[in-house]
Amino acid sequence: MNLLEVKDLSVTFDTDERTVGVLDNVCIDVKPGETLGIVGESGCGKSVTSLSIMRLLPQPAGKITNGSVFFDGQDLLSLSKEDMRTIRGRKIAMIFQEPMTALNPVQRVGVQMMESLKLHRSDMSKEEQRQECEKLLDRVGIPEPRLRLTEYPHQLSGGMRQRVMIAMALLHVPDILIADEPTTALDVTIQAQILELIAELQKQSGMSVIFITHDLAVIAEISDRVVVMYAGRVVEQAKIKDLFENPRHPYTRGLLGSIPTLDGTPKTPLSTIPGMVPSFADMPSGCRFRNRCDYAQERCKTEVPALKETGDSHAVACHYWQHVAQSTST
Amino acid sequence: MSTSPLLEVQNLVKHFPVKKGVIPRTVGHVQAVDDVSFTLERGETLGLVGESGCGKSTVGRTLLHLLRPTSGSVKFEGQNISSMSRAELKQMRRNVQIIFQDPFESLNARHTIRKILSEPFVIHRIGTRQERNDYVVALLNRVGLDESAADRFPHEFSGGQRQRIGIARAIALKPKLIVCDEAVSALDVSIQSQVINLLLDLQQEMDLALIFIAHDLAVVKHVSDKIAVMYLGKIVETRRSADIYSSPKHPYTQALISAIPKPDPNLRTERIILAGDVPSPISPPSGCRFHTRCPYVRENCKTEIPVLESKFGGSVACLYAGSLQVAKSA
Repeated sequence: MNLLEVKDLSVTFDTDERTVGVLDNVCIDVKPGETLGIVGESGCGKSVTSLSIMRLLPQPAGKITNGSVFFDGQDLLSLSKEDMRTIRGRKIAMIFQEPMTALNPVQRVGVQMMESLKLHRSDMSKEEQRQECEKLLDRVGIPEPRLRLTEYPHQLSGGMRQRVMIAMALLHVPDILIADEPTTALDVTIQAQILELIAELQKQSGMSVIFITHDLAVIAEISDRVVVMYAGRVVEQAKIKDLFENPRHPYTRGLLGSIPTLDGTPKTPLSTIPGMVPSFADMPSGCRFRNRCDYAQERCKTEVPALKETGDSHAVACHYWQHVAQSTST
Repeated sequence: MSTSPLLEVQNLVKHFPVKKGVIPRTVGHVQAVDDVSFTLERGETLGLVGESGCGKSTVGRTLLHLLRPTSGSVKFEGQNISSMSRAELKQMRRNVQIIFQDPFESLNARHTIRKILSEPFVIHRIGTRQERNDYVVALLNRVGLDESAADRFPHEFSGGQRQRIGIARAIALKPKLIVCDEAVSALDVSIQSQVINLLLDLQQEMDLALIFIAHDLAVVKHVSDKIAVMYLGKIVETRRSADIYSSPKHPYTQALISAIPKPDPNLRTERIILAGDVPSPISPPSGCRFHTRCPYVRENCKTEIPVLESKFGGSVACLYAGSLQVAKSA
C-alpha cells in the first residue's frame, strides 16, 4: 500500500514570453514509514514536485496541467482550499532549505509555532499550547526551550533555526514529512546532528519522509529508496543499494562517477558529464539527456523513454539501460 | 633564488572591531584568525577546512592583503607583504590570485568577458590591444569556453561557465599561487567535477600552488596534499592529507571527518555527533576553544591553551592528542 501516490504529474510555469513545461509525467510513490530520497541537480524539478504535492506552487505562474496526487485514498489536487488546509501541516508537513526565509523575521518563535496550534487545535488553552511547543523544542534538542520561544529567528543559529522548523513540522505528528534540502545550508557537524534527529523522530513516530537533496552522499546515508530526476522527469527509481551498486540510467551513472569520494585517488581526474543541463525553454526532443549521453542513438532523438520497471522494483527511463547496466558491472 | 618556501604565514592574527552605539565605540573584537602559521611550497595544495565562521576565508583574504593582518606576517617568496610598497604589492598580486565562490558577484555585470579578461593585462601594461585580444581568446580556450564568449556579458553564462571565466581571469598573469575560496561549492555535482578537473590540469601545467578553502571535505581531500583544520580562528590540526583522513588526531577533526556523509549506502557508519553550536568568536571559550563541545574534555582544557605541537608527522593542538581513548574511559 502506498501512502502517497503521485501519478503522471505535469506542471508548467508561465514566464513573460512563454509557457515552459517544468515537470513532465512525474510518478512517485511513498510507502508508510519509509524514507524516499529525491535527488537531482538544480532545475531538475525536485522542489517543484514537492510544492505540487503541497499545492504550494507560486500563483498564478505555476499550473498543474496533468496528473493526480493520491494521499490516503483522496486526490489532493481535487480538494477544496479549505480541505487542503486540513492536510497541509497536519498530515503532510514540510521543511525548507533556508529556515531564515521560511520563518517570519519579525515574529517571536513562540508566536509562529503557536499559530499552527491555534489553527488546528483550538481546544487547547494558551498555556497548554505553550507547553506543547516547549516539549517539541526540547525533543528536537533545543536547550532552554521556554527562553527560545520568546526570541526572534535572527537570535538563533542556522542549526537551531532548522530545529525550530522541524519542531513546527512535527506539531501535529504528520504522516509525511517533506524535507527540501534541509541540511544544505548547514555545516557538516550540524548536518550530522539534523540527519540524526530526523531519523530518530521518524523511528519514534513511524512517519514517512521525502528527502529532497542534490547531495548523493546524504541520500546514501538516509534513504530507503531513491528517485533520480533530470530536467523535469524521473529517470530512475530504485532501492538505495541497487541504485548505488547497479545504476541503470546513464545520468545516474555519470552523477555517481563525478563525486569525489574519500577513498578515491587524490588528484586524478574525476569522471564528468559533458555539457550542461538544458534550459526549460530549450529542451531536446525525445530523451532530455541525449545530448550529454554516451549511449545515445538515433531513437533517443524522437522517442521519449518511458519509466519502465526492470525488475526488483528498479525502474529506469532509458531505451538502452541494458547497455548501461552491462558496462557498469564490468 | 632563495630556498624559502613560496608562502610562509607566521602567527597571523586578524581581529575585527565590534562597534556599538550612536557614536560607535569599539566594544569588543571578533577574533576571526588567531595565531595561524603554515607554509606552502611551489605546486603544492593546502586544503583549509572548518565550519562557517572558523576564519578560513579571512586567512585567504589576508594572504592577498585584501585585509590587513592585525599582527603576524605573511611572506611570499621570502618577502613580507605587510612591508611592501604599493608597487611591490602590485607585483606580488600578479603572482597571487583568488577565485571566489560566486563568480557572479566577482565579475562586473556591465563589462563584456573580453573587458573582464583583458583588465589584468591593462593594469600590468602587458601587450598591445591586438595581443591582449589574442590572450583573451587563448584564455577562454584554455578553460574550455568558445571564443564567441568574449563579447557576451556575465549574466549570459551558467554558474559553471562563470566559474571558468573566474579561473581564466585568475590564471591570466600566470600566477604562482591561487586561493580558491569555496570555488566549486555552489556548483552542481556534474559541473563541479568538470571545474575540479580543470583546476588540477592547470596546476600540473603551470606548477601552481593552491590554497583550497572549502567546507566539502571530500572535495578537499581530492585536491589537497596537506590539510589544515581550523576551529574558531585557530588551526587545530595540520597534516598530510592521507594521514589526516585515515587517522585524525584532534577530537574536532575526528568529529568533522566522521560527519562527512559517504556516498555508499553500505557504509552507514557511526558518526561522532558534536553537541551544540560553534561558540561566538567575539568571546571564544577560555583554554582550548573546542572544550565546550569536546567529548574528551578534562578540567585543565578549560584553562590551558593547547599549542600546535609537531606530532604524528604534522601538528596537532590538543593537550591529550594520541591518548584520547584513555581520556574517554577514565
